[in-house]
Amino acid sequence: MEGKETHGSVGGASTSSSSSATKKQSKRPKYSRFSQQELPACKFIVTPTVVISTFVAIAIVFIPLGLASLFASDNVVEIVHRYDDLCLPESSTAVQHIQSKDSNKTCAAKLAVSKAMKGPIFIYYQLDNFYQNHRRYVKSRSDKQLKYKADADDTDSCSPEATTDKGPIVPCGLVAWSLFNDTYKFVVQNKVVDVNKKNIAWDSDRNHKFGSDVYPQNFQSGGLIGGAKLETSKPLSDQEDLIVWMRTAALPTFRKLYGRIEGDLQVNDNIEVVVENNYNTYSFGGKKWLILSTTSWIGGKNEFIGIAYLTIGGLCLFLAITFILIYVLRPRQLGDPSYLSWNKQSPMP
Amino acid sequence: MDSPSPIQFDRSVNSEISLSSNSRRSASRTSRAGSTREVAFSDLGAKPVLYGSRRADSEVFSMSQKEINEEDARFVYIDDPVSTNDKFEFARNSIRTAKYSVISFLPRNLFEQFHRVAYIYFLIIAILNQLPQLAVFGRGASILPLAFVLLVTAVKDAYEDWRRHRADKIENNRLAWVLVDGQFQQKRWKDIQVGEIIKVEANDTLPCDMVLLSTSDPTGVAYVQTINLDGESNLKTRYAKQETLSKNPENGRFSGLIKCEKPNRNIYGFHGNMEIDGKRLSLGPSNIILRGCDLKNTASILGVAVYCGAETKAMLNNSGAPSKRSRLETRMNLEIIILSLFLVALCTVASVCAAVWLRRHRDELDTMPFYRRKDYNEEEPDNYNYYGWGMEIFFTFLMAVIVFQIMIPISLYISMELVRVGQAYFMIRDAQMYDEASNSRFQCRALNINEDLGQIKYVFSDKTGTLTENKMEFQCASIWGVDYSGREATSGDGQGGHSVQVGGATVSPKMRVKVDPQLQQALRRGKMSEDFKHIRDFFLALAACNTIVPLVVDTPDPEVKLMDYQGESPDEQALAYAAAAYGFMLIERTSGHIVIDILGERQRFNVLGLHEFDSDRKRMSVILGFPDKSVKIFVKGADTSMFTVIDKTSTVGIIRATEGHLHSYSSLGLRTLVVGMRELRDSEFEQWHSSFEAASTALIGRAALLRKVASNVENHLSLLGASAIEDKLQEGVPEAIEALRTAAIKVWVLTGDKQETAISIGYSSKLLTNKMTQIIINSNSKESCRKSLSDALLVCKKLSNVSGTTDNEDISASSGSLVALIIDGASLVYILDSELEEQLFELSSNCSVVLCCRVAPLQKAGIVSLVKNRTADMTLSIGDGANDVSMIQMADVGVGISGQEGRQAVMASDFAMGQFRFLVPLLLVHGHWNYQRMGYMIIYNFYRNAIFVLVLFWYVLFTAFTLTTAINEWNSVLYSVIYTAVPTVIVGILDKDLSRKTLLKYPQLYGAGQRRENYNSKLFWLTMMDTLWQSVVIFFGPFFAYRISTIDAASIGDLWTLAVVILVNLHLAMDITRWNWLMHAAIWGSILATFISIMVIDAIPTLPGYWAIFETAKTGLFWLCLLGVVVASLIPRFVVKVLYQYCTPCDIQIAKEAEKFKPLRGGVGSVEVEMDAILGPPRR
Repeated sequence: MEGKETHGSVGGASTSSSSSATKKQSKRPKYSRFSQQELPACKFIVTPTVVISTFVAIAIVFIPLGLASLFASDNVVEIVHRYDDLCLPESSTAVQHIQSKDSNKTCAAKLAVSKAMKGPIFIYYQLDNFYQNHRRYVKSRSDKQLKYKADADDTDSCSPEATTDKGPIVPCGLVAWSLFNDTYKFVVQNKVVDVNKKNIAWDSDRNHKFGSDVYPQNFQSGGLIGGAKLETSKPLSDQEDLIVWMRTAALPTFRKLYGRIEGDLQVNDNIEVVVENNYNTYSFGGKKWLILSTTSWIGGKNEFIGIAYLTIGGLCLFLAITFILIYVLRPRQLGDPSYLSWNKQSPMP
Repeated sequence: MDSPSPIQFDRSVNSEISLSSNSRRSASRTSRAGSTREVAFSDLGAKPVLYGSRRADSEVFSMSQKEINEEDARFVYIDDPVSTNDKFEFARNSIRTAKYSVISFLPRNLFEQFHRVAYIYFLIIAILNQLPQLAVFGRGASILPLAFVLLVTAVKDAYEDWRRHRADKIENNRLAWVLVDGQFQQKRWKDIQVGEIIKVEANDTLPCDMVLLSTSDPTGVAYVQTINLDGESNLKTRYAKQETLSKNPENGRFSGLIKCEKPNRNIYGFHGNMEIDGKRLSLGPSNIILRGCDLKNTASILGVAVYCGAETKAMLNNSGAPSKRSRLETRMNLEIIILSLFLVALCTVASVCAAVWLRRHRDELDTMPFYRRKDYNEEEPDNYNYYGWGMEIFFTFLMAVIVFQIMIPISLYISMELVRVGQAYFMIRDAQMYDEASNSRFQCRALNINEDLGQIKYVFSDKTGTLTENKMEFQCASIWGVDYSGREATSGDGQGGHSVQVGGATVSPKMRVKVDPQLQQALRRGKMSEDFKHIRDFFLALAACNTIVPLVVDTPDPEVKLMDYQGESPDEQALAYAAAAYGFMLIERTSGHIVIDILGERQRFNVLGLHEFDSDRKRMSVILGFPDKSVKIFVKGADTSMFTVIDKTSTVGIIRATEGHLHSYSSLGLRTLVVGMRELRDSEFEQWHSSFEAASTALIGRAALLRKVASNVENHLSLLGASAIEDKLQEGVPEAIEALRTAAIKVWVLTGDKQETAISIGYSSKLLTNKMTQIIINSNSKESCRKSLSDALLVCKKLSNVSGTTDNEDISASSGSLVALIIDGASLVYILDSELEEQLFELSSNCSVVLCCRVAPLQKAGIVSLVKNRTADMTLSIGDGANDVSMIQMADVGVGISGQEGRQAVMASDFAMGQFRFLVPLLLVHGHWNYQRMGYMIIYNFYRNAIFVLVLFWYVLFTAFTLTTAINEWNSVLYSVIYTAVPTVIVGILDKDLSRKTLLKYPQLYGAGQRRENYNSKLFWLTMMDTLWQSVVIFFGPFFAYRISTIDAASIGDLWTLAVVILVNLHLAMDITRWNWLMHAAIWGSILATFISIMVIDAIPTLPGYWAIFETAKTGLFWLCLLGVVVASLIPRFVVKVLYQYCTPCDIQIAKEAEKFKPLRGGVGSVEVEMDAILGPPRR
């Protein structure tokens, strides 16, 4: 090496023979752990211990969580009542009935409470086959108009419910236009129960998304009435039914909060419900339900998540056992060089 | 057209192989780069043609041999720029390397960027989205990713261009002395015009290409350094014409006309003539100095500008790096096509379903609250935004394309480029690939084939300068039949054998040479003996028969000076130093005479003529006029060419002895040269002189005429002896070759050297071992070639059968293939481009080593293409000289060694480095990493985009097939830009599956790349299945959890976004081997960034999903869903991975585990190569 060095330097000097002053700068790369790809790093290898403990850990976390959510779901009491078919007179077709202005649309039903329900009891309506996520539908709204009074004319996206002869529609668009307008009255033990319709929408929507100085204009005044009308004296931020409705549902079968019953319901209480069946779902074959439900920490009645967690947890437990068996029955020393492909063939005598 | 031979010559170089099938003549030519490789010196004919394997160049070159037609010529009136530029406006001297101006930047940059298909796809999608019927995303959201990428690239380009502008400005504003009205004035470079006379002083850089008029040296010699041009650091001589020397333009006007060829990029060729004082002088490459050269050792020169600015040869040669496409990327295109089909399938499903849905509900659409086909606010209800069933379906299809566009991972192309830049950075910065001797780092010239380095199966290597150092050392000589191979020689006695007194200082040669005591004694003994005369002539030939320029270099001690021999050929330098060591020191050279100090007695010889080396003759000669008025010709050259011109009648014994010595030298791996001489009779000299004069001023076919003159006089020589020069193996070469072979890379050595030399180098570099069976093919006809090939195949088969029975059927493994094939260029002439190629390929694929000797440059390329065209395996060529250029360009990966022989190989290469041994870290370490990283990254990117598309697709099935996305459009856009882009790039640059140490310890691990373990169809389909499963879990988990609930689209969309991003990042995290802080930052940072980004988007009140994330995150179900789906999606992958790794571990897996647990027993039975030599000197 030493000899080569001098050799090299002789050759090097010859290149810059005359100008001894210009000493060439070394281009040797500066050493840093980064540039040499030697950053301190933790090597991650999946060892049997890691595998087994991973599965066991998942099982330990998932099984209790699954049990807890099943338990929670089980404690939720839910009364489901489908009424779109019950509230139809036999005389006329459904669509004619619902579109007619004169027909009597009230209908009553009796619901039994099978299990004690602790207040607050949430009242939902449920629709199906209603594509609130349809492209034409979700785009047909103007969020600016909902929030800012000055943007009442921002109705470009709202067709075909954008403007009337008298000016822009507020709130414009199909979403607002199709506002749900069935109403429910509850009588328990011959006493009318108050339905609290305050605070059914998200606070954030009421406070920030819908303007408190924006009032409905020209709403439901066109050729076709889609649903509920709005009180023109109330600002949009107080129209909670609208706010709830405008949070378009993710899936074609959905529930929306109607109101709350603050009191409790006892076992075997009879609930008389008076439904004002105004909303037309018949034209597209949609069904309507009324739901009374208590809640738990996982929301409403929901067995899926508990079962799923138990399944995953159980599977992991099973996998843990399987891997233990594999490791016991087929032991292999990790990193044993004799497993290298080029070592496997040669040692045969 | 009366002289066809020069043209034929030029063609023949280009079409060596095709010509070669017929004649003996071409067979002899094939060994051009033979043991007389030293001849690189004034190899003006061969070099440019070789380098310019681009056709245009050689056309131009062969042009230059012919008469310059009037229309092809450029007329330069010396010192008269006005009339020079009168007729044609020649380019000014300002240069412009910058691509853009302020105005042209935008259109031109955009135009260049849109050359990429990916961007056009981007653009079409964005344009589609602008149509109101198809507006899936908001305008801003759809343009943003494209705009972002374009902007980043544009800013990068603009910055680079700005730097070029700045450099141009500095260059253009440099000052030069230009003759204006008889006075030299300083002028900016950019104002220099063709025809002006320019004065350049020592150590200045030439501003443009100039024809030399006079120099400060009375003989008209100027020395230039062309390091900026071709990287060669030695000084080159340029001559002014005698006729212009005496003129001083400041005293009287210079007038003359130069007629020369049009600008071309051949830096080694120039052709023209000059009319001055009624005389017509010819101008050649030695009369022109090119822009970018530095003037050295000459006080000043005067020249006339002939090419300026963009037309200078330096600028014409300013071409970019070659562009190749990586194998992985080519392979990837297949998967891209599959993904496109996927995309089309998804879009078709969506539109067919939409069609069915619309048809089924066609009666309800008018009033359906969520469809409302009719606008009832009009007098006559009209269709609103509905274009009929057919059109709706068509629009649905297009919208589906827009929504699912990222199925084609466009961002992958950008990520790949970033990753390659990162990988290049690490390769360049690798301290273990830094060459101290040449002070050069690794260079990445081609940016897009990094990963190919991990899949190399064949390495084609040049020998001289690649395996060896190309630093020649004189070893021994055979003079007049006596072998002076001084085995007991000491490296000179004390301070270098010989020194002379020049101007009061002692001058000794700069390089010490081992001196043979016996020879020295013979010199000291009787001056009158017969032996002495021959030895004297021999060393005289070594000292005189060259183009070396002696330079006296100062040392710190004023008493001692060093004699530095500058020359273009290392062999010549070695010979001149050897002559000096024995007391024949070349002291001075001008164009007319040389001064040699012969054993203390200074003698002056007139150089009457010099026949430069050419590849046809393979020898050079010099005609010296001795002080005693005798004239002698000294010739040195390759043995094959020399023995044909040596007079064999008188000294048969000596010739035979010399041949024996030559054989033994070359079997030691030494490079040999034969020296001969003859005294010319007066008549003979006169005859030669007149024809030489005529030839050297000829305008038509000068080179051929000169060659003919030389051949006429170089005959009937008496043999003086032979010299042997050692070309030392580079450091670490045997170890490197061993490592490459262990890595199952086939190493082929292609050399111009003689067979014996090649074989001996083969042994010393461990390419050949004693265990190997050698098959040697030397044939002189096609038939014998055919026969020897089929014989060899039989032998091969027999050998592999023998080993096959002992070792199952795995032939390729270890012992089965220890066959070495040695084949020479003459045989290759008959094999290449004929039906025998197939046989040769079959034979060579059974051999572990192939050595081709006596091959011509184009044959090298032929051999590479022989392999490249017949296998899917990757080939790599490595070489250092101009003769390797064609082979470097032919191979999948070309590596240039920046060594002694200029930079042409480097200019043509994809990667350049200082030493052969760096090939080991380059391939085994960086190549492996690059391949593994890139392969993983591509698959991962497919997965990452496909899963997102699938999640979108599942949702579409529940929206009446209307391509609504629950996932906010901004999240969709940012998904591949911000949420998941950084980790793949970071992992693609930084993750190491194995450490450098392990990779070098087990070169076999390289096989992973050769077997395409990290990227193949199986892996692709497995990943796609996994993608399908994961997308199903991600989508349907929350779907069932929230099936009948109050969940709104924005909330569940946020849940899906988060789940996908976390899943995709965890998936990546599972595959990272080495976690350093950057990885942690990238992965966890991305997840965090996604949370923040979603929160920011949900804080915009005018978006429908306002505050959704905050509201849903309050519920327990949200977090249960998130945790559940991520875990459930990853379980199958984890299980399969663990089972696969545990039950059928691949080599890499074992090595990974070994690294972690370091079992005490080292490599059992593994080939452990001592890597220290390869890794080079330890860090300081």
